[in-house]
Amino acid sequence: MFRGRAFGLLKSLHLMDGQPNLACKFIHPAITSHVHHCQKRNVNYRQSYKTGPSSAGGRTLNVPQTKVMAEQELPGVLILDIGGIHGVLPNIVALLQKHFRLITMKEFLENKKEMSKKIQSVFVFERRPTIDQELLESLPNLKVIANSGVGVDHLDLKMISNFGVKVTNTPHAVADTTADIGMALMLASARRLVEGCQIVISPDTKYFAVDWLGVEVTRATLGIIGMGNIGYKVAQRAKAFEMKILYHNRNQRKKEEEQAVGAHYCEKMEDLLQQSDFVMLALNLTPETCKLIGKRELGLMKPTATLINISRGAVIDQDALVEALQKKVIMAAALDVTDPEPLPRDHPLLKLNNIIITPHIGTATVQAIRMMAEEAIANMLAVLNGQPIPSEVFPK
Amino acid sequence: MEDQELPYVLIDCIGGKHGVYEDHTEFLKTRFCLITMKEYLENKKFLGEKIRAIFMWYHKPVIDEELLQSLPNLKVVASSGVGIDHLDLNLLSSFGVKVSNTPFVVSTDTADLGVALMLASARRLVEGYQMAVSPDTEYFPADWLGVEVSGTALGIIGMGTIGYKVAQRARAFDMKILYHNRNQRNKEEESAVGAIYCKKIDDLLQQSDFVMLAVTLTPQTHKLIGKRELELMKPTATLINISRGLVVDQDALVEALQNKVIKAAALDVTYPEPLPRDHPLLKMKNVTITPHIGSATKETRRLMMENMTENIQAALTGLPIPNEVLL
Repeated sequence: MFRGRAFGLLKSLHLMDGQPNLACKFIHPAITSHVHHCQKRNVNYRQSYKTGPSSAGGRTLNVPQTKVMAEQELPGVLILDIGGIHGVLPNIVALLQKHFRLITMKEFLENKKEMSKKIQSVFVFERRPTIDQELLESLPNLKVIANSGVGVDHLDLKMISNFGVKVTNTPHAVADTTADIGMALMLASARRLVEGCQIVISPDTKYFAVDWLGVEVTRATLGIIGMGNIGYKVAQRAKAFEMKILYHNRNQRKKEEEQAVGAHYCEKMEDLLQQSDFVMLALNLTPETCKLIGKRELGLMKPTATLINISRGAVIDQDALVEALQKKVIMAAALDVTDPEPLPRDHPLLKLNNIIITPHIGTATVQAIRMMAEEAIANMLAVLNGQPIPSEVFPK
Repeated sequence: MEDQELPYVLIDCIGGKHGVYEDHTEFLKTRFCLITMKEYLENKKFLGEKIRAIFMWYHKPVIDEELLQSLPNLKVVASSGVGIDHLDLNLLSSFGVKVSNTPFVVSTDTADLGVALMLASARRLVEGYQMAVSPDTEYFPADWLGVEVSGTALGIIGMGTIGYKVAQRARAFDMKILYHNRNQRNKEEESAVGAIYCKKIDDLLQQSDFVMLAVTLTPQTHKLIGKRELELMKPTATLINISRGLVVDQDALVEALQNKVIKAAALDVTYPEPLPRDHPLLKMKNVTITPHIGSATKETRRLMMENMTENIQAALTGLPIPNEVLL
């Protein structure tokens, strides 16, 4: 669901009381915007994150300790719900409760007068609760909206900023897990894994036909569109499969970074599309990237190519994709994201047999969910304690 | 070239569910005179003397003593794939017939599939797909989770060509790699993939989050993974099999999965293939099974065919056979 991207220079941060030594990465300005109508909006998006000293490849985070306080004195954090279909998972609730007093939307709505003053932060989990003007107006002491996940296309950054509220995300926690799903989808699609499983369990199966074939991943060409944090980790993995790696990005990566994964920069996306056997979308959703892959782009791809999307559904012109798959303009698609999610049950994408769709599980592991919460907690505490914020997201 | 000058090679049939691929026949027919089993049986006396090689595509034609006795000039059996557990090597040797397989061309595809199965199982990909397309799905629940692959421990049992390629791939996922093998690999090979040798299989089983079987099937590896081995594994571990079904005690596996002794299994191979339609493994949510597709790509099957051709030609001209299988 959430993905990270960053490039840029390593810069050390001064030590803070009780904090581990931090290293920050600052990225180039980028554009991001509210997703629903892809409105043109100028935003400046800078993010930084820290790597704890005990981390193994940056996979663990040290959460600063909060002084022991009585429960009522802990800062109030608004969440949608505890448990339930869309609520915060119970073990994450426990993590949050070490530092915060949790207030559910229900509790808030039942007792707005008293609760509204207590809420200093909102923890947005799986895009909920929805942050609208009305909510912001009723939370006079709100300091920060901490998103679990890296994508913030569901947040109106400008509006939130106008209320003097900060927004943070979790770019660090999502990268490996989302890169893994990208690889999983590419392999599953190429080797027809889902179809194969269906043959194995079908009551009609009497034998396995020897002429039932997929296509190779090893030594094929992978074109990565969006070479941020996640895209780069995909490249690292793909290199081990001896894949030829092309990438398209707003900016070219440094030579050392390119060489480390054997990636070739395609300044023109067309070049990447024409040469790739697998095209992987790992970019941010912005007005510029909305419907980035449309009829024209699909037409440029090889007829034997597969499109993989681990970004946002809206990066693809979905109707054009349906047509391309039906007419075999491209061979197959594998999508972890669609627009909307879930798709309407009668959507043509669900009827095609050359497509794999997964239910937005890019970060759906026990470990990643926990790491995202820890990263969000660190961000919230930094804001509330007036300390440098690891991964703040700015509107331009 | 006239047909009589090309060596006579026996195949099962062309096309259909088990036959030699139609689009391979052009290549084969410029080098061999292909005789199908049907043609042979219709003209045994004449063809029996002429046939000097068998092109065994996916275990067919079946080779028994009777067939060997009626092919006095048979020099070589070229078998597709790397496994040769379906051949009676002693019998063939007693008739002076050499055997070849295709060990190297299958290795990358099989390693790829091993990793594909590991990722699909860990991330519950097939279940997720079913949810995404099910007519009953109204929303995607927030508590629907899989487990990490990156940064976890992979134990590879059988560090041959395929096992090693699995290790190369797994390393890129930051996995800690343990391996168990008849022989330890040399230091450079180990450090190239960061693999740690476990002389005792128990050590590997106890420490791994994913256990991948990439061994040959032999009498020694038959039911290598049984009740005892499954119990040594972590209750959160996944077993992945890209070897042969018989390397695992299948009944013990069913029990272990039912009792949550291990968490999940992902199998490209079973015994038999396919499983009986009422087999318990087919009903378990935590089991991913693919229909023995380790080498099932167009590119690799083509390479296998060319490899087999090369082996046959070498055998028939008295040259060393590139991929001879020795007793």
